Amino acid sequence: MQPTDIRNPAYFHKVVDCQWACPAHTPVPEYIRLIAAGRYDDAYQVNWDSNVFPGILGRTCDRPCEPACRRGRVEESNGEKPEPVAICRLKRVCADNKRADIGARLLARLPERTAGAERFRIACVGAGPASLTVARDLAPLGYQITIFEADAKGGGFMRTQVPRFRLPEAVIDEEVGYVLDLGVRFVGNRRIESLRPLLDDYDAVFVGCGAPRGRDLKIPGRDEVAAKAHLGIDWLASVYFGHVTRIGKRVIVLGGGNTAMDCCRSSRRLGGDDVKVIVRSGYEEMKASPWEKEDAEHEGVQILNWLNPKAFLHDHGKLTGVVFEKTRSETDARGKRKLVPTGEPDITFECDEVLIAVGQENAFPWIERDLGIEFDEWGMPKLDKITMQSTLPKVFFGGDAAFGPKNIIWAVEHGHQAAISIHRMLQGEDVHDRPPPMANLVSQKMGIHEWSYDNAISPDERYVVPWAPKEQTLTNIRQEVELGFDAETAWKETQRCLNCDVQTVFTENVCIECDACVDICPMDCISFTVNGDEADLRTRLTAPALNTQQDLYVSGTLKTGRVMVKDEDVCLHCGLCAERCPTGAWDMRKFLLLETHAGVGECEAEKVAA
Amino acid sequence: MTYLAKPKLHHPSLTKNRVGYTRRDYEGAVSTLCAGCGHDSISAAIIQACWELDIEPHRVAKLSGIGCSSKTPTYFLSASHGFNTVHGRMPSVLTGANLANRDLLYLGVSGDGDSASIGIGQFVHAIRRGVDMVYIVENNGVYGLTKGQFSATADQGSKSKKGAVNTDAPVDMVGLALQLGASFVARGFSGDKAQLVPLLKAAMTHKGAAFVDVISPCVAFNNHPGSTKSYDYVRQHNHALNRLDFVPACAEITVDYAPGEVTEVHQHDGSVLRLRKLPSSYEAGDRVAAMNYLHRCEARGEVVTGLLYVDPDASDLHAHLDTAAVPLNTLRERELCPGSAALEKINARLR
Repeated sequence: MQPTDIRNPAYFHKVVDCQWACPAHTPVPEYIRLIAAGRYDDAYQVNWDSNVFPGILGRTCDRPCEPACRRGRVEESNGEKPEPVAICRLKRVCADNKRADIGARLLARLPERTAGAERFRIACVGAGPASLTVARDLAPLGYQITIFEADAKGGGFMRTQVPRFRLPEAVIDEEVGYVLDLGVRFVGNRRIESLRPLLDDYDAVFVGCGAPRGRDLKIPGRDEVAAKAHLGIDWLASVYFGHVTRIGKRVIVLGGGNTAMDCCRSSRRLGGDDVKVIVRSGYEEMKASPWEKEDAEHEGVQILNWLNPKAFLHDHGKLTGVVFEKTRSETDARGKRKLVPTGEPDITFECDEVLIAVGQENAFPWIERDLGIEFDEWGMPKLDKITMQSTLPKVFFGGDAAFGPKNIIWAVEHGHQAAISIHRMLQGEDVHDRPPPMANLVSQKMGIHEWSYDNAISPDERYVVPWAPKEQTLTNIRQEVELGFDAETAWKETQRCLNCDVQTVFTENVCIECDACVDICPMDCISFTVNGDEADLRTRLTAPALNTQQDLYVSGTLKTGRVMVKDEDVCLHCGLCAERCPTGAWDMRKFLLLETHAGVGECEAEKVAA
Repeated sequence: MTYLAKPKLHHPSLTKNRVGYTRRDYEGAVSTLCAGCGHDSISAAIIQACWELDIEPHRVAKLSGIGCSSKTPTYFLSASHGFNTVHGRMPSVLTGANLANRDLLYLGVSGDGDSASIGIGQFVHAIRRGVDMVYIVENNGVYGLTKGQFSATADQGSKSKKGAVNTDAPVDMVGLALQLGASFVARGFSGDKAQLVPLLKAAMTHKGAAFVDVISPCVAFNNHPGSTKSYDYVRQHNHALNRLDFVPACAEITVDYAPGEVTEVHQHDGSVLRLRKLPSSYEAGDRVAAMNYLHRCEARGEVVTGLLYVDPDASDLHAHLDTAAVPLNTLRERELCPGSAALEKINARLR
């Protein structure tokens, strides 16, 4: 193998699994250390810069970081159940414990204004996370931002669909407020019915209107039972607005995503005693996050799998039940999995009400098709995946409106990227020329065995977030279920973080090949061996490197003709290799990568590039 | 050294051996030696060898004297018996322990100061008597704990860190062991575990006095130009006699070498030492040839490593003394006090 080029920031970025997995590339270990140090304001600031909604995401994020977390791999065959660090719940800790004047602190650390930006007017359609992110990134630069929202308040899906027992309204008000306080004009109760006038009045338009239409299930009996069979996202909004306060005793929720989980858990709180989630596919294949499924089951919801709804049963228009066909998964000749009937007899479940949560669709009836914005065969706008720009240069899309339903953190990232594009376009620069990230690599050595990070490895298993008692949560739909970590438990959980951003950096010309690092490494990550191609090297290391998703760090040729090979997969970043190294060939260096946002650090980044 | 204990977490693929232990179970406390010390690599090689041999840790006794090397038994096999003796007195304590309980595996861990200076008398007699043990000298040619004076194994003409030249002739531990009748004599290098681990495994399964000299660079005081025990010097002057594969008795023997390249040595317990010869036509079964070869190489400034001599049919001190076949602590009153009739018999024989 060729020696690893550690000057390319992507190499060490990839080692920070959580940050790499996060769509917004939040520097997770950085804020976890700040939480451990009790610096909640700073931790909140790091999050706010990167993902705009720390308090909201700390409760509702899809947490792509957690399945990626190295801790989960490290604990494999080392205990009962390997678990990642509770990254999402730690994020909430900084939001819960920050000081009351954080709003002013955030304002004090905004990027500098861009001269002349106030000449430009930007419209954002919809006040969900994508639009709010665009506003957060561009308003401080001086642009005039107007957000149009059909509802009275901002927040979008986060406010109207995510139930209050998962996300208190005060948190939404606060974090939406921080954005609107930046001098953004918010126009509530205004549904945009036509794009054309916006194009005339604004220099750029950002479409962040979400995927507002619930997919229906057109099966026999659907029309007859309309009064008792509701589209999930519409029903959740009705619950939020208080139009719906009760549901029947026996409820069937159709669908296996997170909306289905919100529907079934809301039902349990509104009078549903016997609530079943019935899914076509298997339990593992369900789209809902594993913890959402666990939470639902914990609240007494039954999840039934491999059942495809066939018809609604009714007695003269009164819903009585749903008939299901049993299915199984089959892989066709092209390797694609599909569901086929097993041929077993159908099964019927009785019920009083049905919630249909089988997906969401995008709808752009308000965008005229003669404006120059091209749509594909599925009715989705044709976009540049990096710039978020449509075929009409001044119109950008983001969030669920861009590529269909995703999640909040993806919406934030779309917002950041669209903001960069809008800024560059309005400054007369090429939108395809993207600013490089800010990357920094600094030794953490403080003394002979001292590092400026806590390199002791906590053996603790993941801590469980305390819950409000079920008697309270199931009787009051506004009672938040998760109570958040207290400061003491949060500190213990922070210690489970392996500080993967503190990188093991190897300097080959001072290595004397004494093997000290090989001997001390608890995870057998380091080998000195003759070079070979990657597939071959992976098999003959101190421990086999079977996780090909994780890179091998390979040095140049050493004095004995061998190379150093480090498997990044399960490195604890404990720094023992560096403590044992007699010549300083190993050093622990903190790698900080910050995504560049619109107008932030661009000059510095360009200087570095030049 | 480090202040932290090595985390208990281990690689997910870490496997257990036939007696149910992982390699990590053979570790000891975290080393307090200098970072990069060759001795730590030797500890790691001992851990690896014991794990591979499926040795039960509680069937091992590790004994040492005084010095950096003699501290190392703390850093491996924490579940084994240990005895940190007076300076240079490890061989006699080991001999006594061995006579009392012949069933344990004895690891005598010592250094060049402990064995070639203060303890050379003890060393000589333990080897001469054929005590069944593995005697490991962690040889760095320097007194590390007292800040870098030449030890008795430092080569004549080699330089200290400060530049002083050693004028004394060295004690050649390997030559001494050969001359004294050790039935297994090898030399390894802490910087070459691929060679060292099989040598240790072979020594641990050898019945009789097995002596392993391990060149172990002292990074603090003897790893500079002018030293003959530095990583660089040993790597440049290493004359490896052979590569050893240790094949345990239970393993199926498959031959994957061209005939003529490999010599097999069958040991008493059924295990096989398979010697892949490097450049020379060296025969490891000839003590006189070994001594000649060793001295010729040393005259050329080469550091001979590998298995120098093995007598697969060696016997040990217990055989020489015709001692009880079982550990003394298993003898019951019936055997220890056989009665007046037996006493009469003995007395009659002496009349």
